[in-house]
Amino acid sequence: MSPLLFLILVPLVAAAFIMVGSNARLTALVGSATNLAFVLILVAFYRQGNGQPYQFVSSLPVIPSMGISLTLGADGLSLLMLLLASLVTVAAVAVAKTPEKNPHLFYASLMFISAGGLGAFASINLFFFYMFHELALIPTFLLIGIWGSGDRQAAAWKATIYLALGSFVLLLGLIGLYLIQPDGMRTFDLPAIIGMADAGLLPEGNWIYLLLLVGFGILVSLFPFHTWAPQAYASAPAPAAMLHAGVLKKFGLYGLIRIAAPIFPDAVVQFSNLLLVMLVGNILYVGYVTISQRKLDWMLGYSSVMHMGYIFLGFAALNPVSLTGASLMLFAHGISIAALFALCGEIRERTGTLDFAELGGLAKPMPAFGLLFGFAAMAAIGLPGFVGFAGEILVFFGSFVAGEPLMGVTAGGKELFQFNNYQIATICALWGVVISAVYMLRAYRRVFFGPLNDRWSGLGEISGPARIAIAVLIVVMLVTGFFPGLLVKLIESSAL
Amino acid sequence: MSAIPWIILFTPLAAAAVILFLGRFSKPLSAGLAIGSAAAVCVLSWWLFTRPDPTETIRFYWIDFGEALRIPIGVTIDHLSKVMLVVVTTIATLVFTYSVGYMKTEEGYWRYFAGLSLFLFSMLGIVLADNFVMMFIFWELVGLSSYILIGHYFKKDSAADAAKQAFIVNRIGDFGFMLGILLLWAATGTLVFSELTGRVAEFASNPVYLTVACVLVFCGTVGKSAQMPLHVWLPNSMEGPTPVSSLLHAATMVAAGVYMLARIFPILHAVPVALDVIAWVGGITCFAAALMATQQDDIKRILAYSTISQLGYMVLGVASATSADVPMFHLFTHAFFKCLLFLCAGSVIVGMHHEQNIWKMGALKNKMPFTFLAMVVGSLALSGCPLFSGYYSKDLIIGFAVVKYPFLGWLSVVTAGLTAFYTFRLIFVVFLGKPKDDHAKHAEESPLVMLVPLACLAVPAWVAGYGFVEKMFFHVTEPEHVPHILHPILLVLFAAGVLSAFALYRSAAKDPVSIPFFANRLYIDNLYSWIVRNIQDGGAMVLSWADRWIVDLLVVQVPSKLAWACGFVLRFLQIGNIQAYVFFFGAGAIGLLYFLIMK
Repeated sequence: MSPLLFLILVPLVAAAFIMVGSNARLTALVGSATNLAFVLILVAFYRQGNGQPYQFVSSLPVIPSMGISLTLGADGLSLLMLLLASLVTVAAVAVAKTPEKNPHLFYASLMFISAGGLGAFASINLFFFYMFHELALIPTFLLIGIWGSGDRQAAAWKATIYLALGSFVLLLGLIGLYLIQPDGMRTFDLPAIIGMADAGLLPEGNWIYLLLLVGFGILVSLFPFHTWAPQAYASAPAPAAMLHAGVLKKFGLYGLIRIAAPIFPDAVVQFSNLLLVMLVGNILYVGYVTISQRKLDWMLGYSSVMHMGYIFLGFAALNPVSLTGASLMLFAHGISIAALFALCGEIRERTGTLDFAELGGLAKPMPAFGLLFGFAAMAAIGLPGFVGFAGEILVFFGSFVAGEPLMGVTAGGKELFQFNNYQIATICALWGVVISAVYMLRAYRRVFFGPLNDRWSGLGEISGPARIAIAVLIVVMLVTGFFPGLLVKLIESSAL
Repeated sequence: MSAIPWIILFTPLAAAAVILFLGRFSKPLSAGLAIGSAAAVCVLSWWLFTRPDPTETIRFYWIDFGEALRIPIGVTIDHLSKVMLVVVTTIATLVFTYSVGYMKTEEGYWRYFAGLSLFLFSMLGIVLADNFVMMFIFWELVGLSSYILIGHYFKKDSAADAAKQAFIVNRIGDFGFMLGILLLWAATGTLVFSELTGRVAEFASNPVYLTVACVLVFCGTVGKSAQMPLHVWLPNSMEGPTPVSSLLHAATMVAAGVYMLARIFPILHAVPVALDVIAWVGGITCFAAALMATQQDDIKRILAYSTISQLGYMVLGVASATSADVPMFHLFTHAFFKCLLFLCAGSVIVGMHHEQNIWKMGALKNKMPFTFLAMVVGSLALSGCPLFSGYYSKDLIIGFAVVKYPFLGWLSVVTAGLTAFYTFRLIFVVFLGKPKDDHAKHAEESPLVMLVPLACLAVPAWVAGYGFVEKMFFHVTEPEHVPHILHPILLVLFAAGVLSAFALYRSAAKDPVSIPFFANRLYIDNLYSWIVRNIQDGGAMVLSWADRWIVDLLVVQVPSKLAWACGFVLRFLQIGNIQAYVFFFGAGAIGLLYFLIMK
């Protein structure tokens, strides 16, 4: 059996076992841990530069006449995303609190999300790439709607409408991509389509690019299509927020880097101003909205929306440095936001509130908790030492030299000094680094610092699986942050 | 040999990591590891100082994209970094030792020593960095260690706020710093200091570009070295434990900005307009901070404003001197006497049971004679008394400044008089007169573990300016065409400052002078908090409201209508059956969800 198919089947089989009545938590934990170990083995066995961009390839024709087949394969970038997905799954299962209401469906849903995420990142046939993502969305809605908190039904509905709409626009784009291929060669096979694009067989595809951008954009909460995200994350149970914000949301940007960048580079450049405006909206507008949040979960939800702006910037600049930076940030943000949502869930579990006005001084009764949260918060705001910094800095360096230079050029004896639009966006993104320090440190100060409210003096320290899982996430960010070269080398082969 | 700098760099990090995991089990272990690693690094630094500069260095590529972008991690061992290594590690060892006494009864012992070791690691990284990105990495890390250490008493609101403010204000400076790095890199294609210096000349035809880049890089200094207008965090950082104020916020970390300017000195001197900007920022900071210092009541805040003022001198020195050794010489002497002053202040604070208001002290001369003596030595050095270290280094900078920027130069001359005034105001109020509080009546001298570092620092604070020391560490040339009247004027101003302080404060029970404009720090802090409260937070609130009630409604209502329309159209599209399949899949999913949630 193909190793990648095995990867997808493990959570599905685990889900099946859970539904027929095995110990839900244990089965989910074993399944996800197996997957993580397996992905690590795949990374170890991945051979760079042997001429094959995709390895571990297997193909199962489904509708050969339409070019639909379950083709799985992985290159460096997909392996990075598979690693992210399996790592976050383990953490999500580890921190999950078994609910009283229908625990089997709860854990099975987590497994389904995992299978969908892994399947999407391992598929190189666009049909299944899309289908696996859809497969993962449905259990996400269930998790929010059934086990969520607050106004969970409104949140679930809003997310459903938005994401269904995003998926729908995306679907139109993918169908368009299918239809512009020359008659007789039409396929959903991604490498084949890229081959056609390189050979000049595809006509101009501006509309298709726009459909892909909006479709993927809605899924990634691109400004102004972002309002579903904070509400959904605030209502979702911690594991669902971790898996969606950490893994599934990355699908959209992964798709843009994978599909739009190689097939429609001209369209990306042509519509760069539109995208730059939207991503600056993500960074500055959403950044300031984040500052005024009064609850930790909403703040984290908005901060995750804001961070997507940097990754979009890396995509928009479309050069190897910036795309590598964007890929690193996909990984970094996925892990840091998962750790933060996990810790946020733990606080909700203990105090029943996430309102800054009610919290304060929690580092006193829970020092280890405060330390872990501090690490995760610093990782999220791109402190050097964590992988997020490497990603951010590559995005900045890449995007600052994108486009036509308007400065440092001497024309007609006069010196030109003018920023181009990429550079203006980069400057806005740099200011975003200040904004994120403001909201994250304020939140940390209000939750963990200051005088301790007597209500919280008896809070229990974080312990057991949650403590280990979050510590592992932090160690991964530190190791890859000290040695980002490891990841850069891994994704080098992905023809970014 | 070439591995020594790496050992110097990573030993404190290893100590910090071990303390993080094991420190909570044993106080002596935490302190021992921190002091041991600092002392070892200190010995290695002195040894390195005696060696000739190595010809080859190890360099790794942290991130390598070939021609497109190369980010190296490598060390520079030259005259500049060797001197700075010696200063940082020596002072760190003394302050770490002193901390054992100061922090004896405080909580969070291991957290404190882990933070100090992390700081030492980060600071050494700045000193050793051979390129901008590596320096920026450690630049941010010293910001983090400063955040951790200022926020040591995190249960106090004021400490928690000060830590946050320090980090954010530094990030504002770093915003410009990073942008400047990007500009320099985009122009020259390199990040390494030594290569940059060579390539800047090629860019001489683009003076605007280079000027903007250098001024932006200087923003990093404005943040880290607390120059105006980003100086507000430094006085507030005094919320941290006093040894931290001494090591980070007086002697070493805040000097990192000046060190960075010294590192890129040849580049800066190719850009005259940028130098003018730097000179004005430094000169105005130097004067304004001294004005603010004259009316402060908190012993540590007086010293904090004097630190800002002295850093202003160094920045002015960078702009006006002909060699980076001039500001570095003042950095060197200042590190010793300012560290000494803070440690003395810490000794007073411990003796006073953590009272910091100078108007509750008084007559401590007899209770704490040793601290008094040490503090007088530090004060004489700070205020530029002849034969003490500060006299030599500060007058050198003033000499260069008067020649190159006459207005700023004479402003800094006036500042020297103010310095003598506020320094001796502190001495007279704290140590002379009558005890103004019960604590002052029962104050006791500090333990030996705190007094020995004072003695060790008092010696260099006294002699570090003498010719033989200067020749060992620096190659300073005297400024030319200095007005002959300058040195007599400086002496007169020093005497006038001390004497007026004596007249006013010798036996004052409360401040006879009241200038609210100075006491309230020229209202700059008020202005900033107004901006943060009204513009930043108010604006953010408006946006947040708009996000929930306008953007959300627009984007939800319009597409939900659109979605139905699309779905309606879709049914009539006969492309194949895939879309229909997916559409029904989605519809089925929504139906299932509806059923599950609404049942």
